[in-house]
This record gives sequence, structure tokens and C-alpha cells, in this order.
Amino acid sequence: MISLAHYLVLGAILFSLGIAGIFLNRKNVIILLMSIELMLLAVNMNFVAFSHFSGDMAGQVFVFFILTVAAAEAAIGLAILTLLFRNRQTINVQDLDEMKG
Amino acid sequence: MTFQIPDFTPVIPEMFVLGMACAILVIDLFVPQSRRDITYGLVQFTLLGAAVLTLALAAPETRLTFNGTFIADRLSDLLKVAVYVITAAVFLYSRPYLKDRDIYRGEYYVLGLFGVLGMMVMISAYSFLTLYLGLELLSLCLYAMVAFNRDSSRASEAAMKYFILGSIASGMLLYGMSILYGITGSLDIIEVSDYLITAGGGLNVPLIFALTFVVVALAFKLGAVPFHMWVPDVYHGAPTSVTLFIATAPKLAGLAIVLRLLVDGLGPLHGDWQGMLMILAVLSLAVGNVVAIAQTNIKRMFAYSTISHVGFILLGLLAGTPEGYGAALFYVIAYAVVSAGGFGMIILLSRRGFEAENLDDFRGLNERSPWFAFIMLLIMFSLAGVPPTVGFYAKLAVLQAVVQVDMVWLAVYAVIFAIIGAFYYLRVVKLMYFDKPEDETPLPRATGMNVVLSINGLLVIALGIFPGVLMSLTTGVVTW
Repeated sequence: MISLAHYLVLGAILFSLGIAGIFLNRKNVIILLMSIELMLLAVNMNFVAFSHFSGDMAGQVFVFFILTVAAAEAAIGLAILTLLFRNRQTINVQDLDEMKG
Repeated sequence: MTFQIPDFTPVIPEMFVLGMACAILVIDLFVPQSRRDITYGLVQFTLLGAAVLTLALAAPETRLTFNGTFIADRLSDLLKVAVYVITAAVFLYSRPYLKDRDIYRGEYYVLGLFGVLGMMVMISAYSFLTLYLGLELLSLCLYAMVAFNRDSSRASEAAMKYFILGSIASGMLLYGMSILYGITGSLDIIEVSDYLITAGGGLNVPLIFALTFVVVALAFKLGAVPFHMWVPDVYHGAPTSVTLFIATAPKLAGLAIVLRLLVDGLGPLHGDWQGMLMILAVLSLAVGNVVAIAQTNIKRMFAYSTISHVGFILLGLLAGTPEGYGAALFYVIAYAVVSAGGFGMIILLSRRGFEAENLDDFRGLNERSPWFAFIMLLIMFSLAGVPPTVGFYAKLAVLQAVVQVDMVWLAVYAVIFAIIGAFYYLRVVKLMYFDKPEDETPLPRATGMNVVLSINGLLVIALGIFPGVLMSLTTGVVTW
């Protein structure tokens, strides 16, 4: 039997992978977008698990909203990414250093 | 589960703004570029209409609707009206700037209007769901607005940084909310609060864990040190009209979600989050004021100045008394007004092909236009906290609240850094009055913007001389 704790640990691992992906990645902005997506999915895992084990539907409703918003967010992120590539000809994270101070 | 038709009365302003924003989006497609003022006029009309509706529907009692996920109370009415007024001024200031750069497009205003809708939902959110949706609606609009000038390499870099860090913050907030949901079994702020009151105090590890995520996310959104990395780059890289927007109205909505989430929802944990906010405030005051001294770009300087002002707002919140919350509310409204004036001055000095972004561009402003040099003087004095401007009373109210809860050391610390901060504000005044102008171009005369900017500047001193008007409003709406 898979218990609530298993789901929560999985959620925590996915979330940590997302955070680690953002801070360790020095190469590619697309990987950053993937990491952000992973963080949101980890949250969804938590919500669904809590919702299932407490028998309250509100958590699963929240997940639908998060999925929708995440899709919109990805669209805007990719739009900004194409803009960045058009202006810079690079999507390397280390090249995002025009402004300092 | 029975379905009830919710009471739509409290959400009429939101529905109006949503309907108008969608309509304007379509109408704008059929408007030729030479008639873009039609879009602008409609947007301003929407803000006016929303203000009228909000005031007409304002009631002294608190109303909940949509199964308790949406709240309309005096706090929400006050903040919403402040958001409309400030956004209207922002849109007015943006117009000449956008025209000069050939980016006078309907999208800017429509995105701004959807951002206003997001702020309204944030201000009235009474459940994690509505709070998150409002926050995302605002954030997504702001990301797009930062990247709005498509040919600017700096703007796209700023937008990317803002997007990444903003999304991390949203992820953190959601993670914290998911754990709170697991512990309390509800998404409603009122039920979370009820659960915490019945559960009593005591150290509860999962609760502290969730609280940490929520506080970190809010610190990201407000731009408090050490989660401030995005603020200077976004302020610097975004078109000034967008920086103006980001630096003003969203701060009000940001304070609203802090009040709803931390004070309303997690109020019983005040002792736990007080320490966290204290660390954020202490660091924000120090880093904001010290690093601002080293800046030569005025937009970056304002960014660090914002960080230090966020420190003051956090001081008001961490006091945890009604006076403290009222003072924080007063501070944030005063700051939004002053900040709108400050960025408005940058736009006033900019023109086609020239961005007045550097401190040197303010040299000798007194010789070019004594009146606007005086307005800028008032704005700088207010940011520095010199009486009798509104900035002084805002700081005084916050410090009083902190002293009342016996944290005198914190008040002394804040004053020391406010004095350090006065250096870079007064440097602008020195450049304006005692240096020779490098740029002799006369300022544009007699436009609507000049009039509103003058009113904005005079408001800074008027609210300073009669702080009681705003103060009675802000302390009156605080019910905790």
C-alpha cells in the first residue's frame, strides 16, 4: 500500500530537483523552464495526495488551475525565450549579464 | 454538494474590468495606429468606471462570496481605489514615452488592464486558489510588459530574469500552500486561521516548514533581501513606462496578499513569522540603502531604494499590532504615490532617442525648469523622509509601531540606515540645484502629463502636511 508519506517524499524530491536544476544549470535557459515546470508538477503531486487521503476535492480542483496557469506560463516563457534568442543569438544562461551593479 | 448561485454584487468591479479589457482587446484590432488614443481613452474610462463601481458598492461590513473565496471589505475597497488612481496616472505618464519610441500600442494598455484585474483579485482573495490566480494573472501580464519593447536586448534579458525568478517564487508559494492544505485540510484562509487557533501554539515542524516557503515566496514577490536579485535588473532593463507600473500599483497588491495570507490566515503563527520578517527587514534596509549609493543609473538607484522601502514596510508588518498594519498600509500607499512621481520625472526628461536614465541627466535641472526641479526635490525629500513630506510621516508611523512593541533597537537601526539612504537622495537634489546642465534641451511644455505630474508632486507635500486624512483611512480599514 502506498501511503501519504510516499507521495510527499516523491513530491519533495521532484521539487528539490526543480530547484537544483535552476541553480546548478549554467548552460541553457530551456532547462530552466523545464525545472520550473517540474516544481509545479511536484506541487500538483502534493495537492492530489493530500486531497485523496483527506477526501476533500478542493485540492484536486486547485491542481486543474495550476495546470492551466502553468501552460499559460510556459507559453509566455517560451515567447520571451524566442525574443531573447532573436536579440542575442544565444540562450546561454551565462550570457545574461548585460546589466550589472 | 449543492450548487448555489453566488452573490455577484461584490465582484461587479472585477467583472466590469474583465469585460472592458476583453472588449478593448478586440476594439483595438480595428483601430488604426493614428487613432490609438481611442484605446487609451477606453482604458482610462475603464479605470474610472471601476473606481465608481467600487465606491458605489462599498459597504462598511465585510462580505464574502463564491463560497468564501472572495472577500470585499473596507481594506479591499481602499486598496482597489488606490490601485485605480495610481494606474491611471501610470498610463497617463506612459503615453508620451511610448509614442516617442513607436511602441504606442494597445497591447501595453490591455496587458496593464489585465494586470489591474489580477491586482483586484489579489486584493480580494480569501482562499489560496483565488490568491494564486490573481497573483499569476498580474505576474504573467508584467512579464509580457517587461518584454514589450521587442527590439531591446536589455528588456528581453530583464524579462527572462523576471520570469524565471517570479516563477520560482510562485512555485515556492504553491509548495507552501500545498503543505498548509495538507495540515489544515482547507484552502480557505478563514478555515486555515480557525484550524491554527484551535490547534493552539507550540512548535509544529510541518507548519514551520510551510510557513518558511510562504514567507520566502512573499519576500521574492516584494523584493526583500536576500530575494531581491531580480529587482535592479528588471527596473533597469524594462522600458521606463513598465518600470513605472511595476514600481507602483503591484506593491499595493503585494501588501494585500501579505496581509491576507500572513496576518489573516497565519496570524496565530505571528511569533514564528515575526522573526523571519525581522531578518528580511534588517537585511533589506542595509543592502538597499548601501548599494544604492554606488549606482549611477537612476532606475537602478530607485530599485535599491525600493528594496530599502520594502524593509520599512516589513517593519510595520512584523510589529503585529493594528497600528503596525495601518502604518504599513500608509507607507505602501505613500510609497506608490511618490514612486509614480519619481519615474514620471524620468519619463518627463526622456525624449525620442534619449533616455534620461543616468544621474547626470538630472544635472542643472533647476536652470532648465525650476518648477520640475522643485517637484523632484519634493519627491527626493519624501523618499529620504524629510518633513513635511509624506515620506516622513510614513516612516514615523512605522517606527512608532515598532517602538510600541518594545523593539527600540530595530527602530534605531532603521533610522540609521534611513540617514545613510538620505545621502543618495540628496545627491540628486545637489545635482539639480548646484551643477551646470549638460543637456540644454528645454522640457516639453503644457501637456496633460506636466499637469498630473505637478499634482502628483504637490500631493506628496499635501499628504505630508495633512497626513491625518490618509492615516485615518488606513488605520480605519485594519480590523485585526
